[in-house]
Amino acid sequence: MTPVRISLAAAIASILLILVVLELIRGRRLKERYALLWLVTGIVLLVLSAWRGGLNTIAGWLGVSTYPPAILFAAATLFVIVLLLHYSTVLSELHDRNVVLAQRVALLEQRLQELAGRSPGAPEEEGAERELTEPRERAR
Amino acid sequence: MSGPRVIAVVPARDEADAIGPVVAGVLALDGRFDVVVVDDGSTDATAAVAAEHGAAVVRLPFNLGIGGAVQTGFQYALSKGYALAVRLDGDGQHDPGELPKLLAPVERGEADIVTGSRFAGENDGYRPPLARRAGIVWFAKLVSLLTRQRVTDTTSGFQALNRKGIALFAGDYPSDYPEVEATLLVLKHRLRLAEVPVQMRERTHGTSSITFLRSVYYMLKVTLALFVAMFRRYTLPEEKARP
Repeated sequence: MTPVRISLAAAIASILLILVVLELIRGRRLKERYALLWLVTGIVLLVLSAWRGGLNTIAGWLGVSTYPPAILFAAATLFVIVLLLHYSTVLSELHDRNVVLAQRVALLEQRLQELAGRSPGAPEEEGAERELTEPRERAR
Repeated sequence: MSGPRVIAVVPARDEADAIGPVVAGVLALDGRFDVVVVDDGSTDATAAVAAEHGAAVVRLPFNLGIGGAVQTGFQYALSKGYALAVRLDGDGQHDPGELPKLLAPVERGEADIVTGSRFAGENDGYRPPLARRAGIVWFAKLVSLLTRQRVTDTTSGFQALNRKGIALFAGDYPSDYPEVEATLLVLKHRLRLAEVPVQMRERTHGTSSITFLRSVYYMLKVTLALFVAMFRRYTLPEEKARP
């Protein structure tokens, strides 16, 4: 059996984690999509800490005989790794989108300048456009 | 003067001193060449100089790296409806005078993409440092092996393409050190690749962006990317073009 104090401390920490995640979702500061992993983490940790015989059972399966609460750390670490990996994929996706946006903006800007250069009746706008995008040309 | 117009895609970053002659050199060839310079977040007057010399200029809002810049150029070519494109570097190491030779196999319909190779024919002008040469040979052998087609220079950024090639590169182009992966991409999409021997000049300005440590990192990264790319599934560009 897990010592009561460890169980209690771990359970309180897990509940706090779940509450914070729920609050962040409520305040729209965390997208549900990312919140799900966090919630699962919190719930699994809560179950592991509250189910006092469970830790020993799982430790027994995995051959951990000296200190069953180490399973708590193992589970937490595993989730952290999964979360980090998840973030790497999110970052990659954002990076790709960022590139696409930069390319679209650049091509649109070129098109805009081309059109502005062709249209005869807009001298001020053309001047403003050049000032905006090619300040170094003037400096030279 | 006859024949379809050709767009020359020139990626450039901080090449204000070199870009002028490159643009002028291409435009001086014959009347069918247009030039688009993709300014990849330069802090100098690259864009202004290129525009002065008669190039269309696409300015990226921040530095994307060579792959992103080249892809932007092909997106420009695609949207403007060009049937033929060439790509050359903005630092002056590619001689615009070689462009007609590069374009010839594409125009004859013998290849979709032609790469200017420093090693395809006898060549005594270009002797890169040992480490770089080793890398170039390594990738040439590796890509040849993976695709079962003989290529001698996978790191060359001196190319001519038809509409199929333009569409492929506009939609999908590798990012960091793109040429090797792009070669694989071309062959995996079953586009016909040919090589034409070319001479390359020493850089006229600045220093090459590839130092020794970077070369090592580059070789590891690109080798990994190649193996991963081998196991990726590809759709042919024609299929992709359909809505």
